[in-house]
Amino acid sequence: MEKLLQYAFTGLAAGSLYALVALGIVLIYRSTRVLNFAHGDIATLATFVAFSLLSSEYSFPVAFLGSLLVGAAVGIAFYFGVLVRAQREGANLLGMVILTLGLALIIQGVVVWWWGAEPTSLPFPISDTKTYKVGLVVMSQLALATLAAGLVGSLLLYLLVQKTRLGLAMRATSENLMAAQTLGIPTRMVLSVSWGAASALGVVAGIFLAPALLLDPFFMLDPFLKGFAAAVLGGLNSLPGAVVGALILGVAESLTGAYLTIQFKNTLAFLVIIVVLLLRPEGLLGKEFKERV
Amino acid sequence: MSSAPRAPGGRGGDGSPQPLLKVASIETLYFDRIYALFGVSLEIEEGEIFTVLGPNGAGKTTLLRTIAGLLKDQPKKGELVFGGRRIDGWQPEAIARLGVVYVPEDRGLFRELTVRENLELGLWGRHDDGVRTDLEFVYGMFPILHERARQEAETLSGGEQQMLALGRAMLRRPRLLMLDEPSLGLAPRVAKSVYEALTAISRTGTTILLVEQNARLALGVARRGAILEAGRIVLEGTSKELMENEDVREVYLGVGTAEAAVKGWRLYRKRRRW
Repeated sequence: MEKLLQYAFTGLAAGSLYALVALGIVLIYRSTRVLNFAHGDIATLATFVAFSLLSSEYSFPVAFLGSLLVGAAVGIAFYFGVLVRAQREGANLLGMVILTLGLALIIQGVVVWWWGAEPTSLPFPISDTKTYKVGLVVMSQLALATLAAGLVGSLLLYLLVQKTRLGLAMRATSENLMAAQTLGIPTRMVLSVSWGAASALGVVAGIFLAPALLLDPFFMLDPFLKGFAAAVLGGLNSLPGAVVGALILGVAESLTGAYLTIQFKNTLAFLVIIVVLLLRPEGLLGKEFKERV
Repeated sequence: MSSAPRAPGGRGGDGSPQPLLKVASIETLYFDRIYALFGVSLEIEEGEIFTVLGPNGAGKTTLLRTIAGLLKDQPKKGELVFGGRRIDGWQPEAIARLGVVYVPEDRGLFRELTVRENLELGLWGRHDDGVRTDLEFVYGMFPILHERARQEAETLSGGEQQMLALGRAMLRRPRLLMLDEPSLGLAPRVAKSVYEALTAISRTGTTILLVEQNARLALGVARRGAILEAGRIVLEGTSKELMENEDVREVYLGVGTAEAAVKGWRLYRKRRRW
């Protein structure tokens, strides 16, 4: 029982970061129908920026905010600078997905060139060795902070999407782009906000994952794939689905590691994708897009 | 061209009416080679209801979408002048902000959002004091929208959805309201009440460009109209003239027996006076 709770908690903490990654993927997919394969790499780049800022004696909050801004700016710049142009030239969805893959490779190159491929560790103000015992479960300070980050990030996104006028325009634009245009809603600006917010969420995940993993140019690859699996599990067009899927995946992964075998842990995400796509392609909370001609 | 100053869309300096929308020999192509509109010209005057009739595939929807700027790089040729300004090649958002409001055939609602949210989106960009009175006007015209304010749009019936689309369009204070087959899929009684609403909207001074297959309903409210066939305007005139035209009577109004109608259609095809 103790073991179960302990691993479930660890899983929830990991899952809350997957949730941030998954939310970003879903946010972009919902609004532009593009699967953003550069999602993890934007976060990597921004986390390295945070690393540089911390190394130059900036305080953690400054580095954190700075990296959020960089991540959001890269997302917005990619949307306006590449995707909008590609769309104007008549690129289809597959073409745009390939463009995100291109961005991913470019960012990887830049990160290796600027920071090198040697793993480093991010100086992080929150310790993962300091622990608290709550009931039967031992919680590290880092795990608690991680949970909080996931919660706050999801909550802020919820407030933005559900409670603001901009969020209303975001929902409208993702549902029916043409109708939004004919109402004079500045759809490109709205979509760029989705790209910026999604990228920023990814960066939060990156910063909180960095202390647990080592910082190298590919450290977000694994969390990105987990987030992707979580998004598929929850339903690629459902924001609540992304959170639910991520928490389920996090806990399942942790329990698999505890009770079956640790080697099997990473395979689980892909098993999840396969099984979900076979049994319920629209995901747990997703709705199929109703295409009207 | 008169050099006297004039308000955009208003009357010209020489006293002749300046059309609110001028469509000048536009050509719209799909996939760069399939002609959907073949040199269409129309002039819509301020305050009138103008209807474009025609069979399926004639290009009616294409015409509205071209005007709204929804077809990329279209029209390929010709000019669109709205309120004295060239608008061809503009982004759809920019055309919408000029006061051109397009209600597509599928009503263009946000089905997963509530009635209230749909209406709020119609108020996007408006910060004037008239918002409240306009909302009251819409709720007064369609009280059902007030009752269903918290319901999702997809739960509305077809007629209620059309009312929501019209109400939302009105909140944009349109200078030109373009409607694509507002009677489509509605029971005759519901269609009739939608058309009564159109008349009421027209009385507020809104110019309406109405595309319809139901010629009887459309000609009943329109001042003028045109017949679009295979991407060309084949006939234009006042509603009265159109209703008295023999071919329009046979083909679009279906006057006479079924047998006569079939015979008439054959004759019409042969004659093709336009």
